Amino acid sequence: MGDVIDKIIKISGRNVNLCYQCGMCTAVCPMAEYMDVKPHQIIRMIQLGDERVVEIDAVWVCASCMACVDRCPRDVGPGIIFEAVRLVSLRKGIDKIDYKAIEDLEAAPTLAMVTASRKYTG
Amino acid sequence: MAEIDYSEPRIGVFVCHCGTNIAAIVDVKKVVEEVKKLPGVVHAEDYMYMCSGIGQQLIINAIREKKLNGVVVAACTPSLHYETFARAVESAGLDKQRYEIVSIREYCSWVHFHDRRRATEKAVRIIAAAVARIRNNRVYKPIRRRIVKKALVIGGGIAGMTAAIDIANAGIPVILVEKEPTIGGRMIQLSVTFPTLDCAQCTITPKMAEVGKHPNIKLYTLSEVVDVSGHIGNFHVKIRKKPRMVDIEECRLCGWCSNACPVEVINEFTRGLSKRKAIYLPFPQAVPAAYVIDSEHCTRCGMCVKVCPVNAINLDEKEEIIEEDVGAIVVATGFDLYDGRKLPEYGYGIYKNVIDSLQFEQLIVPSGPTKGRIVRLSDGKPAKTVVFIQCAGQRDVNHLPYCSKICCMYTAKQALMYKSKVPDGKAYIFYIDVRTAGKGYEEFYRKVQEIPGITYIRGRVGKVWEDEDGNLIVTGVDTLSGELLKIKADLVVLALGMVPQLDRELAAKLKISVDENGFAQEVHPKLKPVETEAGGVYIAGAVQGPKDISESVAQASAAASKVIQLLSKDYIEKDPLVAEVDESRCDGCGLCVSTCPYGAISLENGVARVNEVACEGCGMCAAACPVGAIDLRNLTEKHFDEMIKAIYGVKSR
Repeated sequence: MGDVIDKIIKISGRNVNLCYQCGMCTAVCPMAEYMDVKPHQIIRMIQLGDERVVEIDAVWVCASCMACVDRCPRDVGPGIIFEAVRLVSLRKGIDKIDYKAIEDLEAAPTLAMVTASRKYTG
Repeated sequence: MAEIDYSEPRIGVFVCHCGTNIAAIVDVKKVVEEVKKLPGVVHAEDYMYMCSGIGQQLIINAIREKKLNGVVVAACTPSLHYETFARAVESAGLDKQRYEIVSIREYCSWVHFHDRRRATEKAVRIIAAAVARIRNNRVYKPIRRRIVKKALVIGGGIAGMTAAIDIANAGIPVILVEKEPTIGGRMIQLSVTFPTLDCAQCTITPKMAEVGKHPNIKLYTLSEVVDVSGHIGNFHVKIRKKPRMVDIEECRLCGWCSNACPVEVINEFTRGLSKRKAIYLPFPQAVPAAYVIDSEHCTRCGMCVKVCPVNAINLDEKEEIIEEDVGAIVVATGFDLYDGRKLPEYGYGIYKNVIDSLQFEQLIVPSGPTKGRIVRLSDGKPAKTVVFIQCAGQRDVNHLPYCSKICCMYTAKQALMYKSKVPDGKAYIFYIDVRTAGKGYEEFYRKVQEIPGITYIRGRVGKVWEDEDGNLIVTGVDTLSGELLKIKADLVVLALGMVPQLDRELAAKLKISVDENGFAQEVHPKLKPVETEAGGVYIAGAVQGPKDISESVAQASAAASKVIQLLSKDYIEKDPLVAEVDESRCDGCGLCVSTCPYGAISLENGVARVNEVACEGCGMCAAACPVGAIDLRNLTEKHFDEMIKAIYGVKSR
């Protein structure tokens, strides 16, 4: 298995092999309809060692509500794995936020900015 | 056959190669050479397969020719071949109390494969210990216990009834205890059975009638086993029989009582889909065929007493405790459905139109609460769209971790029955995997898939809720296409899993263990599927694990055959390796009495006395005794002392 997949598994501390693709994560995900690749499909890509998983937009759409983690029947914890995917992407220096595009930067709530920086920047 | 002389030890050691399993690591020739030097050993040899006919004959011949009075076989684990060699030594006239098997495969060659020298040395050491043990073993007379030729079956569902009929047909009296007012169990609540679509009631009612009329079966309904004492072949049970308040013999089923009764409560037989009176007949074919008063809800108004034309009702009837002696027990207490209220996201117990699979069965039954019409329970409108959710709360670490095995098949059946009643209806079945292992099962599944209007969707349902018009909205995913689905449905049917109906207290009284999910634990999943840790107590049906009707029936017959085997003898012999009290040392503290899990020890004249028949030889008393007054026969302190000395007496090379 590739380096990237290894990192995702290591960071998340989860066992993706346990996933039996029931789709509970997708069924309960409030953001699923806005995702290019659905949560259960992301887990499948990781099971198959597909490194393109870091290019998926859906992990950035993820609201980190952890409903999927709560309901996952196999305790795979998709939301935690998506966090790991985001971390791996960030460490590659990919920024998912453009500060210049924010119109009124000074009016933006500080806490939101800190959170956004943490989650979306490398 | 010549009598064996046990005065001076003459021990033979037989070392097995187990092909290369042992011999490739343990130097068996060296072992033979070393053990010959042990005190008491007069013969030692090795052979390729000691368990083979030739190998066993080597032992038999040596016992006769060398006048052996003790045998140690160094081979594999005793759980495999203890009995094989026990039979061989006994056929040569040697008592098996002077025989021991030591596992030099599991304990030496398999675990120490990287170190041949030490594996060989360890083999010699543990053989030396075994030699030291049997050298000190006395030959005790076997203990005989009388067998009570009567059986108890707990649970009157299909498994319990089958077991009871089988045992009774062998001429053995059976007591069948059922906690409900009628026998029939879960099966009588079903519509048709897969894969043949036979009417479930038509299949089970002849069995119920047979149980009711069988001269060898005594049926106690509204009854529960409250206490069990004794042991294999000789149990004493106490049964609590709740008052029925209606005389079974007198009741003519006219139903006037029920018409007169002012109290209405929910009917558990239809799983709450209808009401019944406080005096009622559970269903028309109930056995015993008599009305019953639900003492919990009855107000004792006496209306029924006034109208009963045969004076069959007695509101003063009291609960009874019945005591029985039996030789064997079959536990067939069956299953219940997992509580759907634990899945609030599916709306069970919140929305009327979200039901469980047994409730759906009641909608199919022609005599059911809707007269066989499949309707929305909220407003009685026909159900044009039904969503079935398989694995509801199953295969799920948050609910039941296991698969209940029958849901794939009954859901397929229910979808088929639905389509036969509502031809223009739509059925959607959410599944994860469809499991149809069983004769004719896959074929049945295929037949259901062929029906237009039944759609199998591979995926989970996330949520079920109700819109303003009272329709259910089901959101889920089809994992194969990745599409998110939203289905408007009239009914949602949850395939809830099977949970065992086995009271922990009863299990403890029967001394049977339960697994992590509460199912009764068999002794061996493959070879002893109906036996329990408690001798003479057998299990059958869904109390042992999820299974369908045919498997329950097969297992019930298996349990019955075990009971018949046991009760066909007048006595059973057991190993005399029981606890023994040194009365001169016993100070009568009674610690052993409270420690003994079998109630086999009592205090008599200030000293402990062991009931040999009841003692199972577990050794708890020996460990507990503060003054060392109790020992197990042939496992005394002296035995252990000499065994340890023997282990350290072998010189390291």
